[in-house]
Amino acid sequence: MTDAATPSALSISGLSKSFAGVRAIRDLSFEVPKGRATALIGPNGAGKTTVFNLVSGVYGVDHGRIVVNGTDVTGMPSRRRITTGIARSFQNIRLMPHLSVLENLLVGQQVRASSLGALLTPYRLIPNHRWKREAREALAEIGLAAYADETVGALPYGVRKRIDLVRATLAGATVLMLDEPAAGLNPSETNALRDHLKALVAQGVTLLVVEHDMHFVDSVCESVVVLNFGEKIAEGPLSQVRKDPKVREAYIGTDEED
Amino acid sequence: MSGYLTGVLVVLAFNVIAAYAVYLPLAAGQLNLGIAGFMAIGAYASAFLTNEYGVSMWLAIPVGSLLAGLMGVVIGIPVLRTHGIYLAMATFALGQVIAAVFLNLEVVGGAAGYPVTDYAPPVAVFWAAAGVVVLMLYISRTRFALCLTAVKSDATVADLLGVSVRGMQVAAFALGAAVAGFGGGFYAHHFNFIEAQHFNVLLSVFTVLYVLFGGTQTVWGPLVGATFFTLVPELLRASDQWRYAVFAAFIILFMAVRPQGLVTASLFRLFRRKVAP
Ligand SMILES: Nc1ncnc2c1ncn2[C@@H]1O[C@H](COP(=O)(O)OP(=O)(O)OP(=O)(O)O)[C@@H](O)[C@H]1O
Ligand SMILES: [Mg+2]
Repeated sequence: MTDAATPSALSISGLSKSFAGVRAIRDLSFEVPKGRATALIGPNGAGKTTVFNLVSGVYGVDHGRIVVNGTDVTGMPSRRRITTGIARSFQNIRLMPHLSVLENLLVGQQVRASSLGALLTPYRLIPNHRWKREAREALAEIGLAAYADETVGALPYGVRKRIDLVRATLAGATVLMLDEPAAGLNPSETNALRDHLKALVAQGVTLLVVEHDMHFVDSVCESVVVLNFGEKIAEGPLSQVRKDPKVREAYIGTDEED
Repeated sequence: MSGYLTGVLVVLAFNVIAAYAVYLPLAAGQLNLGIAGFMAIGAYASAFLTNEYGVSMWLAIPVGSLLAGLMGVVIGIPVLRTHGIYLAMATFALGQVIAAVFLNLEVVGGAAGYPVTDYAPPVAVFWAAAGVVVLMLYISRTRFALCLTAVKSDATVADLLGVSVRGMQVAAFALGAAVAGFGGGFYAHHFNFIEAQHFNVLLSVFTVLYVLFGGTQTVWGPLVGATFFTLVPELLRASDQWRYAVFAAFIILFMAVRPQGLVTASLFRLFRRKVAP
């Protein structure tokens, strides 16, 4: 149920993907309205992560079309897709553990600094080079400035999750796909993450959030898309979707609903 | 400087150059076991130019290095499609093939070896090694080095963030090949004699060993590794017949204690924190 007045940041139509004959995604279509937070939910194995993998280009699609901010990215090499403004996180955090926080963020800037000149600038020799300054400022903005020079691998889980978000922001992402961002966080870390996501939406960033924690979904996302066995079975505001008999059936035997 | 000391330092200089040739691709996560082959290209190409065309070695050596680098691009593009142990095997075979080609190439002496007329004195070799170290230090301060680390650490994420994974891998491989060729060129002109058998797989393997021992996380690792491997056996000379056994025991001990190599990124951070609280 997309508001006709809001243009789509991400538009998926007729998407299908099979793995060795197993149909993981079946003729899936949905829209993610610009500047809003939308949730993608469904039981384990429903195909949520696969949708992210198809949109980011980790896998090629079998059928269908993926449009990001008006650009058809279906056949685009995965490396180029970030230029359309789309970025993602992974279910298990994929920061570079041996690097410092700052270095991880610098990798995030790559899409805006990939010329030969930029590649060969000895930024580490230049005190307060603008790349480092920008990264430090982005950290300071969310109160994580103290971690800038720490090795990522040694940081608390909740902090790493948010550094992952900062990295995507620095990549210039306007559409962010987050795979279970709240999983494994304690209540205070969850609150910090929620505030962070709300701040991003306030800045105009579009979110597509895969999440099992329905309280979290309820507090962050305006609408949800429900997947089951690779098919869309419902969409709309969470309050409405929860009453849907098909959704209730999909979740039978699980406690995901509450 | 005594002749003995000069001799040891020259070997050290060549080992340092070779170590960085291996380090560059390793920094992007690729093991090149054919580095001796690229040294051979630089050595033979530059020697051929000075011998047959009377080109100055100051021009011939960079040209040989460039040729080795170009071969790195040409070979790297197909070979880097393989990963891990398969890449190691492919580069291993590659090194053998290159050596075999020179062994059978009569214009450069074939199996009899190839005398080289121009002479590069020890001081030139030292400067060449210093130049390579400075270049590597410079590179390590750039985004290119950051991208190599990103590719090594997580190629999928690096790709999704817009890093050209293949481009970085080929560039690192080719630059490593060029550095190897540069060292090979000086080797040819310092010792005034080259033979294909010298550029064998043991040379490649030993060099990889220095680098892994020194550590691949920072740019200092190869320098420390090459220095250790060159100087410690010399220092252990006193204990003569036991020196290789002692040396081997050293290596096993260090690898057990510091599997990431002697010099690691966290070591630097620890040090920095103590200096600047
Ligand atoms: N690379 C792959 N190869 C084979 N099968 C795959 C692959 N990726 C996903 N699948 C299959 O596709 C289906 C959907 O998986 P996916 O990971 O997208 O589910 P999910 O909704 O993210 O589940 P979860 O909530 O557990 O993370 C599963 O049956 C899974 O086994
Ligand atoms: Mg998943």
